[in-house]
Amino acid sequence: MSLDRDSLLLAYTTMRRIREFEERVNSEFVAGRIPGFLHLYSGEEAIAVGVCMHLDAGDYIGSTHRGHGHSIAKGCDPRRMMLEILGKADGLCAGKGGSMHIADLQHGMLGANAIVGGSPPLVIGAALTAKTLKSLRVAVAFTGDGGSNQGTVFEAMNMAVVLQLPAIFVIENNGYGEGTAVEYAVGAKDVAKRGAGFGMPAVAVDGTDFFAVYDVMAAVVTRARAGGGPSFIEARCVRIHGHYCGDPQTYRSKEELAQAREVHDPITAFRRRVLASGQLTSAELDSIDQSAAEEMDAAVAAAHSGSVPAVETLYTDVYSTY
Amino acid sequence: MPKLSFRQSLNDALRSEMRRDPTVVIIGEDVAGGAGGTGVDDAYGGIMGVTRGLVGEFGRERVIDTPITESAIIGMAAGAAITGLRPVAELMFVDFLGVCFDQILNQAAKFRYMFGGRVRTPLVIRAMFGAGFNAGAQHSQCLYSFFTHIPGLKVVIPSSPYDAKGLLIQAIRDDDPVVFLEHTKLYDLEGEVPADSYAVPFGEANVLREGGDLTIVALARMTHMALGAAATLASKGIEATVIDPRTTSPLDEETILESIEETGRLLVVDESNPRCSVASEIAAVVAERAFRDLKAPIRRITAPHTPVPFSPVLENAYIPSNASIEAAAMELVRWS
Repeated sequence: MSLDRDSLLLAYTTMRRIREFEERVNSEFVAGRIPGFLHLYSGEEAIAVGVCMHLDAGDYIGSTHRGHGHSIAKGCDPRRMMLEILGKADGLCAGKGGSMHIADLQHGMLGANAIVGGSPPLVIGAALTAKTLKSLRVAVAFTGDGGSNQGTVFEAMNMAVVLQLPAIFVIENNGYGEGTAVEYAVGAKDVAKRGAGFGMPAVAVDGTDFFAVYDVMAAVVTRARAGGGPSFIEARCVRIHGHYCGDPQTYRSKEELAQAREVHDPITAFRRRVLASGQLTSAELDSIDQSAAEEMDAAVAAAHSGSVPAVETLYTDVYSTY
Repeated sequence: MPKLSFRQSLNDALRSEMRRDPTVVIIGEDVAGGAGGTGVDDAYGGIMGVTRGLVGEFGRERVIDTPITESAIIGMAAGAAITGLRPVAELMFVDFLGVCFDQILNQAAKFRYMFGGRVRTPLVIRAMFGAGFNAGAQHSQCLYSFFTHIPGLKVVIPSSPYDAKGLLIQAIRDDDPVVFLEHTKLYDLEGEVPADSYAVPFGEANVLREGGDLTIVALARMTHMALGAAATLASKGIEATVIDPRTTSPLDEETILESIEETGRLLVVDESNPRCSVASEIAAVVAERAFRDLKAPIRRITAPHTPVPFSPVLENAYIPSNASIEAAAMELVRWS
């Protein structure tokens, strides 16, 4: 599928914004300025962007513990995400959620999810809402290869097929569930075949190639909106950082780690391709890099200067009489 | 006023709310029944017949038969709740909590708080519970203390057809996730139920009987046992107040404390296992807030700390009895 200039600029901009956001989260965390722990999306940007560029604000996504990229791709405000990650009052969840629970229903973002495999059952619920209210919306469940081993994901896939829901299962296979390789942990090895086994179209795609993801998603989202039921995409990708921020990654060889950045970086690949084809210029791309960096510097500054939540809010937003 | 069974009153509540609000849907295994089979539609209407006839009026798009897949049932209902529906999910036996707890504990219960108050989760989870059905260890537990322990959930345990209808209507209209628990031995219980729609508010205990000698707090089927015991005690000159909290989250502490102020004696009757139970919680509240009013130690009558046995002889011994309630009440009144 050929993309027009505006779409190419949007794709690059969003991937770059995700990367700049994550690299700042990383440096802030390493400097000890972020409470808790974090999981970074760097290296997987082509998937979130290739998928979410087909979604409208009213469509839904459910995310994982590694959810910053999905959130930005779906339209969440990085400044308010950064405020949330620092536990500030003006964060997307008023400082009560944190990195692993960023949600923004106004943008159809049903939440990052700190339970591996926790999100797909919820996502099919959003798809049920779309089907029941005949809104023509679709719902995308992002899950990892680790999540693909969870029973909740199997149950959600079967239910989506049985009820013919407008749900799309996107498995981001980055090769590792925490520190254990897919090679070891996925019995069938081929994740996409699992999706097919549930009775829906399933395809594996190079998740480091934005164009490949974008093309596959185009067909799948059209099918879902037309009432054709659920589909399954396995997007094979490479995690640049570890499972968690600060993970020494001793379970990966030095060669593999070097290749993650040098060979498999989806942003580098995108850049090379659009420059080679002459669709975009390096000046345009450099300018996007610059604006993304400035936007995220500002987000970090705003997050540091944001107010902490009032202690009284400990007790609000929950039913409580005791 | 018409007499309805507990089962019919629940059906009545569901039907009236589904007529009132097109976003109310029912989700569960065999809530209609017969999907894809060679026989009739609406073959079950719920395993206990609570949802019978609803598929005929509202269709399969709103009375949604699912596979046996509890995590997906509860998760799908929770996801639908935060995106614009008001689902009533049927878990069937509450024991099946074991295969879907994450979707309740870590998902539905947490959304409102964890997302900074920017989401509503109008979800009802219906389940039956309780022993006395010869159903063995995996189909007979109470488990309401599990739910009561979790912030964000509301927990409703009706004891009469009137309360069943009014509390279920309230549950469906509520914007928080509500666990609605129905005792298996109460489905055929009949009582007066208004034909009109009405809501019974949460957190308001029902004083079923008033007496000055002791306070008995009991839930669901145990309220009927407590009333039976209270009648026997009355013939011996002992007058008991019997309180049904109706909801354990929120819990109406005030009604219990006011009664203790008058009687000075508390007996809690709870069909569940004793450790960390609702009985323990009510005992703790009274010990903490009404210590000076107490004339005798607090007593709990509960099931033993064992699984529910199958053999009817053993199961009968497991369930609190009228005799055990009476004996405990006598001890309390005579304590010095």
